[in-house]
Amino acid sequence: MKGIVAFKRPDALTSKEFTYCPGCLHGVAHRLVAEILDEMKLTDQTIMVAPVGCSVFAYEFFDVDGTVAPHGRATAVATGIKRSLPDRVVFTYQGDGDLAAIGTAETIHTANRGEKITTIFINNAIYGMTGGQMAPTSLVGMKTTTSPYGRKADSEGYPIHVCELLQNLNGVAYLERVTLLTPRDIITAKKAIKKAFTAQVRGLGYSLVEIVSTCPTNWGLSPVESLEWAKQKMLPEFPLKVFIDKVGDVK
Amino acid sequence: MNRPVQKYHSTIISGFGGQGVMLIGQTLTSAAMMEKLYVTWIPSYGPEMRGGTANCTVVIDETPIGSPVIDRPTDVIAMNIPSLLKFEKTILPGGTLLLNTSVIDREPTRADIRVYRVNAGEIAGKIGSDKVANMVILGAFVGITRVVSLESVRLALEKKIGEKRPELLAMNLQALKAGENAIAGQ
Amino acid sequence: MAEKILLKGNEAMAEAALRAGCQVYFGYPITPQSELIEYMAKRMPEIGRTFLQAESEVAAVNMIYGAACTGTRVMTSTSSPGFSLMMEGVSYIAGANLPAVFINVVRGGPGLGDIQPAQSDYFQGTKGGGHGDYRLIVLSPATIQEAVNMMFDAFDLADRYRNPVLIIADGLLGQMMEPVELPDFITPDRIPNHEGWALRGKGSREQHTITSFDLDPVKLEEMNLKNYETYQKIQENEVRYEEYLMDDAEVAFVAYGTMGRILKTTIRLAREAGIKAGLIRPISLWPFPEKPIREAAEKVKMVMSVEMSMGQMVEDVRLAVSGKVPTPFYGRTGGIVPTPTEVFEALKREWEALV
Repeated sequence: MKGIVAFKRPDALTSKEFTYCPGCLHGVAHRLVAEILDEMKLTDQTIMVAPVGCSVFAYEFFDVDGTVAPHGRATAVATGIKRSLPDRVVFTYQGDGDLAAIGTAETIHTANRGEKITTIFINNAIYGMTGGQMAPTSLVGMKTTTSPYGRKADSEGYPIHVCELLQNLNGVAYLERVTLLTPRDIITAKKAIKKAFTAQVRGLGYSLVEIVSTCPTNWGLSPVESLEWAKQKMLPEFPLKVFIDKVGDVK
Repeated sequence: MNRPVQKYHSTIISGFGGQGVMLIGQTLTSAAMMEKLYVTWIPSYGPEMRGGTANCTVVIDETPIGSPVIDRPTDVIAMNIPSLLKFEKTILPGGTLLLNTSVIDREPTRADIRVYRVNAGEIAGKIGSDKVANMVILGAFVGITRVVSLESVRLALEKKIGEKRPELLAMNLQALKAGENAIAGQ
Repeated sequence: MAEKILLKGNEAMAEAALRAGCQVYFGYPITPQSELIEYMAKRMPEIGRTFLQAESEVAAVNMIYGAACTGTRVMTSTSSPGFSLMMEGVSYIAGANLPAVFINVVRGGPGLGDIQPAQSDYFQGTKGGGHGDYRLIVLSPATIQEAVNMMFDAFDLADRYRNPVLIIADGLLGQMMEPVELPDFITPDRIPNHEGWALRGKGSREQHTITSFDLDPVKLEEMNLKNYETYQKIQENEVRYEEYLMDDAEVAFVAYGTMGRILKTTIRLAREAGIKAGLIRPISLWPFPEKPIREAAEKVKMVMSVEMSMGQMVEDVRLAVSGKVPTPFYGRTGGIVPTPTEVFEALKREWEALV
């Protein structure tokens, strides 16, 4: 009797096991991106740019050509690749510190140029790799190793809202904030990622999907508690929304 | 070809911004290139340009040029008083100083150099435009030094402005010739 | 023979880079190299090449990194403060073994400095500048024709060794005009295709990855040692310098770039005054032409370095001379260009003190 394949590793992922912490949602996000690359038949022509942060090794997990950018510069590196090879698919995968602190200028200008690349932006309100320091998206009152008394708005400012900032730039073709807390969220996120890559393939401009995520290790919570905390604390601050959609309906 | 009597010339051309000193230098440089001489042109730029003088230095030789930076020039073209004050003292003994007397109303002090005077503004005015005073001066300079032929300067000028502003070419060529004539008796 | 044309140094380097196969340029405006980026902005679209003005030098150098990852001939040009901003990216590019060409049209420093010509970025170019164990191939032209020819050399060296190449020019060379002969555009077959490592989408092959790091110190050391094998080959094969009137010289000047050129006039003044001076002009600043200087120190009475800085290259000269003869230094800084006569006076003082 012939078996049927009900579930398998996407071709766009290597066989290397993820090295992320238990409960970390990077694995889910990686898988969604890989599934979309496969479904859109883009895997062979894709070049990825990993950031500095927890996902610095992402190029080892994705079975595509890839490199690692200096901290914050992923979209500049991606610009260099895309301008050299305009017919390839290029995406960056970046965390909140990388994209919204040290790389803010690159983020804004890449979006504003309408660079035909896609960014997957993981926002978990904390620096993971360096050990739980304050991120530009950390919530007011949130305790981190560099805001041990809680983030204070009057000295560290407020969490930065990347999508709300970028939505005013004409170069952006697709912009959505999603999360991965429930199966339904994951289905929505996958659709968003598909639209983002579609925007690139159609040459419409820059596309970014912000994924509100968790960090059980540095939040000091169990994986299940993290999901609940994200729902209670993160989503009110970072509401889920389609900000820009120049793609329209996609099958 | 009309070979210059003196092979090596290092010339500082100096005046107010707007007097066309850079164009004098570049035209001379082009003419030298056409005669297959070695030549360098350097401008003053940045803060040097403010106030007193804008200047450029042209070095022409029959062998490869060492320094394009010149502190003791063989020749100075002074288009205004600050230029005279700044550069007269730097000229090598026996060198040449060409003065634009339509702006400079004072006399140089050195006795060991050759001084030529051309009222470039007045001559240019007669031709039809003050703007060609710089070409009057260049014509005079070539007449004095014979560092390049006037024909080469004419060709250089044709190339430089003939392509973009052919209507200005005739007047510039007239100015060159008038400049050469102006130093005839000096 | 192609006809000579009159070009500014900045424009000549730009056109030569394009003829040498530069496909992509990223940069940010800064004086005194702005003619270079402006030339690229105008010329590159005309011939189907790619130009982009970045939002900063930081972004520009990372765009270079990205383009270099695809094995495309890529370059940027900047001036001192801008090159400082690029240092992190340069270290990454060197660490990732990527070919790219940089031009630093050096101006007076430190800090915002000024926009006049200087040579005070020698340490930055040859001794690191960025972090970590790496080397740049550093070349420095003295004439515009040499700068033009050097662009071809620079791209070839970058490709051959998969290492960034830095051309150190200065504001004077950038602003100067001189007749030059431009070589023809090179044909595409002369450019290595880098199929074996470049990122172009994996197609049917295994994935390619390019990084400048390894968190395992044993592996990182291996990576660095491998780079140093390359650096050693570069030192063996790519030293470039000019000797001028050294046959009978009693004084050897050492100077590079514009300063090297100015000294040729100083040497004429010196010889007229009975001092037999000659010149060793390093063209490659790294690898440094240590051998000819060491050999010269065996037969001259003095090796005098002259720089448009407070003395940076002089340290390499002194290492080469190893105390065999006096090694005086003369320099001006802050954007002042020493004149031929001024250096001659300095030479006379040193010479009279010696003999």
